[in-house]
Amino acid sequence: MPEATASDSTSDGVQIDLFSGNRMANLTSMEKIRLILDGVRDGNIVILEEGLSPDEESKLIEVTMAEISPDEFNGIEIETYPRSQTADQSFLDRLMGRQSTQKLTVIGPANQIQTLHKDENLISALVSRK
Amino acid sequence: MGLLTDLRDSISRVVDRLFSESEPKRIGIYGPPNAGKTTLANRIARDWTGDAIGPESHIPHETRRARRKENVEIERNGKKVTIDIVDTPGVTTKVDYKEFLEHDMEKDDAVRRSREATEGVAEAMHWLREDVDGVVYVLDSTKDPISQVNTMLIGIIESQDLPVLIFANKIDLEDSNVERIANAYPQHETVELSALEGENMDEVYAKIAEYFG
Ligand SMILES: Nc1nc2c(ncn2[C@@H]2O[C@H](COP(=O)(O)OP(=O)(O)O)[C@@H](O)[C@H]2O)c(=O)[nH]1
Ligand SMILES: [Mg+2]
Repeated sequence: MPEATASDSTSDGVQIDLFSGNRMANLTSMEKIRLILDGVRDGNIVILEEGLSPDEESKLIEVTMAEISPDEFNGIEIETYPRSQTADQSFLDRLMGRQSTQKLTVIGPANQIQTLHKDENLISALVSRK
Repeated sequence: MGLLTDLRDSISRVVDRLFSESEPKRIGIYGPPNAGKTTLANRIARDWTGDAIGPESHIPHETRRARRKENVEIERNGKKVTIDIVDTPGVTTKVDYKEFLEHDMEKDDAVRRSREATEGVAEAMHWLREDVDGVVYVLDSTKDPISQVNTMLIGIIESQDLPVLIFANKIDLEDSNVERIANAYPQHETVELSALEGENMDEVYAKIAEYFG
């Protein structure tokens, strides 16, 4: 179960599953990927407080590819903050030792991602909470 | 003691040489769709072996399965390297068969293509974790180099400790901007080229021999 769920089932809002770093810490890579993809395939936006390791990201892409099926699921959008939004920030990242795992990661269904982009206040609100 | 050390040193030298000369390095060509990966792979293969790897196309995901050309010997400035070139499909996190419909394709065909594309991307990701000795990351220099997928992929490549060269392709086009790529990924060497026109291939081969030899 997600750590926190903000749901608005009365309108055409999106459900957001927010997983804290603690919640994810004890899961295996495959459990994390399952948790993410189950949420996304239900049409939710999944937010990870601490993101995934590069190896887990690579497996997430691989498993996502295996699950894509016509007219049902066509993949994910994944965005991380604040890492590498601009060239300046990626320079900063390097200064700070870019291995930081504390990168807020937002994952959503590719066919609904307009919602994610449109609602930028939502993202900045979450980023500033950090 | 000294004799033993000498012996050990010379054995390891021989072993080193054996491996560096007889074991081809498997170089994966990664990058977003349409960056020119297949065009580059074909040019390298043609320049050094005489034949091509696979079809180039403006339709995204023309390369659905990873294709490979083995034992390509590249020699530059006295450095020789034998590589297996692996041309991969563009890595992406989504594939929608409907995109293929825009290219005048029947639904059946589009669905089959998209399935092959997803298998190809999965395979390319798997290879990156298991089977690749070095990476050439190709970017279209007329496009913004910072995308979520590029950043993520380069992060994955870095975490594997693989040698990587960034190729800024399509410098023959007017709105090409190599600087933008070099600035986006300053931790890696950027080499500019036009895979289509064959511009700057001398430096491309010199860098390949230097980095992967
Ligand atoms: N102008 C220009 N076009 C290129 C260059 N390299 C590739 N292309 C074109 O870009 C498109 C995609 O090329 P392709 O090699 O199939 O890209 P891939 O998806 O990365 O394998 C094709 O239409 C190529 O002709 C280049 O250096 N300059
Ligand atoms: Mg290709």
